[in-house]
Amino acid sequence: MRWLYTHFGDRIFAFILLLLATGVMALALLMAYELYRGGSPVLHGFGLLGFALDTQWDPVRGKFGAWPYILGTLIVSLSALFLSFFPALATAIFVAEYAPKWLAQIINFLLDLMAAVPSVVYGLWGIFVLAPWLRDKVQLPLYFWASEHAPALLPLLGVPTGYGLMSAILILASMVVPYTAALARDAIALVPKEHREAAYALGATHWEVLRLAILPLARGGILAGAFLALGRAVGETMAVTMVIGNSHKLPYTIFGGAATMPSVIANEFTEAVEDLHLSALIAVGFLLFLVAMLVNFTAAYVLRRQERLVKGAL
Amino acid sequence: MVTEALDVHMESRRLVVRYGQRVGVGLGGGVTLPIYRHKITALIGPSGCGKTTFLRALNRMHDLTPIAKVDGEVLLDGENIYAPGVDPVLVRRRVGMVFQKPTAFPTLSIYDNVAAGLKLVGVRDKARLDEAVEKALRAAALWDEVKDRLRTPASSLSGGQQQRLTIARALAVGPEVLLMDEPTASLDPISTQAIEDLLLSLKDHVTIVIVTHNMQQAARISDFTAFFLNGEMVEFGPTENLFTKPKDPRTEAYITGRFG
Repeated sequence: MRWLYTHFGDRIFAFILLLLATGVMALALLMAYELYRGGSPVLHGFGLLGFALDTQWDPVRGKFGAWPYILGTLIVSLSALFLSFFPALATAIFVAEYAPKWLAQIINFLLDLMAAVPSVVYGLWGIFVLAPWLRDKVQLPLYFWASEHAPALLPLLGVPTGYGLMSAILILASMVVPYTAALARDAIALVPKEHREAAYALGATHWEVLRLAILPLARGGILAGAFLALGRAVGETMAVTMVIGNSHKLPYTIFGGAATMPSVIANEFTEAVEDLHLSALIAVGFLLFLVAMLVNFTAAYVLRRQERLVKGAL
Repeated sequence: MVTEALDVHMESRRLVVRYGQRVGVGLGGGVTLPIYRHKITALIGPSGCGKTTFLRALNRMHDLTPIAKVDGEVLLDGENIYAPGVDPVLVRRRVGMVFQKPTAFPTLSIYDNVAAGLKLVGVRDKARLDEAVEKALRAAALWDEVKDRLRTPASSLSGGQQQRLTIARALAVGPEVLLMDEPTASLDPISTQAIEDLLLSLKDHVTIVIVTHNMQQAARISDFTAFFLNGEMVEFGPTENLFTKPKDPRTEAYITGRFG
């Protein structure tokens, strides 16, 4: 007779919530299924592993292997995360702990702005400013230096066009800085006053308080920010496509062109007239879905472990 | 009654702490209060009376609150800790503090928590650290409970154990004075008893100032008591006198439970 005690309106409300929540789940599952179905001619034809690990992508001959794109995605997103992490963390620490209020407000505003700029704008900036600058001021001098003094490096450097891995990594790194910085900043601000004061009361300096009390307690939020940035980097399409040079010939070089999973989909989707080619692109989408899921699961696992460690303190 | 010679360890002189314009402690002339060496001094009074604010002025914790402004002097062995050129970090190494909520560093092990303060002052020698950690944990009556799991995270301890751990951590750096801000407020009666016993056993070596909400606690463990009300210190005296024959009618009203 429990229903008698439950207000009717409450039950309707709960039902609507349930419906919407299951709707979200259904949407995600359906999306995964549709990607799998669309990609199944290729996934079945080459096998999931065969498709993922084959290095040949040749639509004309009907050969499809996604390894160049998986590798490109991993290189670009992990390097971007690595490059952006410490500057972002330093920004967060500065804003949360050291900056005077007015300066912190300005930096926060700019971080929000950086996150809000559409990626196509980053891409344009990459094409017209970053890539030419990198080519003339960094890549060419390095290239000439290497050809004279260390010719062994040349195959590693590749052709100094400006449009390639290096530009994509740099542009992606600057795009994900606000994500890591904002989450780390909030996590630092959430550390209870008592824990800071406990460290101060031990005779710690500001830096030692950070190391002893603040960063360990904020680690969860900082990691969450890093994973958010990684997820963002893995899926970023527009800006990367515009500057990465779109070459799927392995091995990739530092200056030379490359491609990522999202960039190949964006580039080839309009010209995929063959059914198999289209299916291969959808299969790449399916793999991207799996990679994104892996990033999220890893994030959830790491964060749960961190939460258990600091339980009660926050 | 107190018969042995009393030695002033710390003393506040016309101490005023302001938060903004009108709020604060000691606005009517400042708080002047002696803290005697190797005694327990209790600060009592109703919520918001300023006892915690006063306590935090004794090791310059107000430096961390930008809007707080401190006037007057706090003497530690005759030297003003607010004098220009005095490093608050060094003051806090001599005057330790324990807070209401247990604040063990959750990601550090029990051992590293206790050793944290010593490592801050540059002690690296393993044998010295081991010895100091054991001594502090024994002093905090925690050694027997944790000696077999010194390397486990501090977050695995109960609330009462964590509070004793923070006391051990504060003791490990060898402070002369220990400030305690309602150290038993979030603990159960058995843990409270353990902490009270601990304080009584510590006072041979350390001067203790304890803020407490609990008048029975003040009566049980302190040698001297100061009663605060509305940001002013109303009365200070030997605990026995203050509780049995208070001079001020407001003190009497408070300790007989007419408000607070």
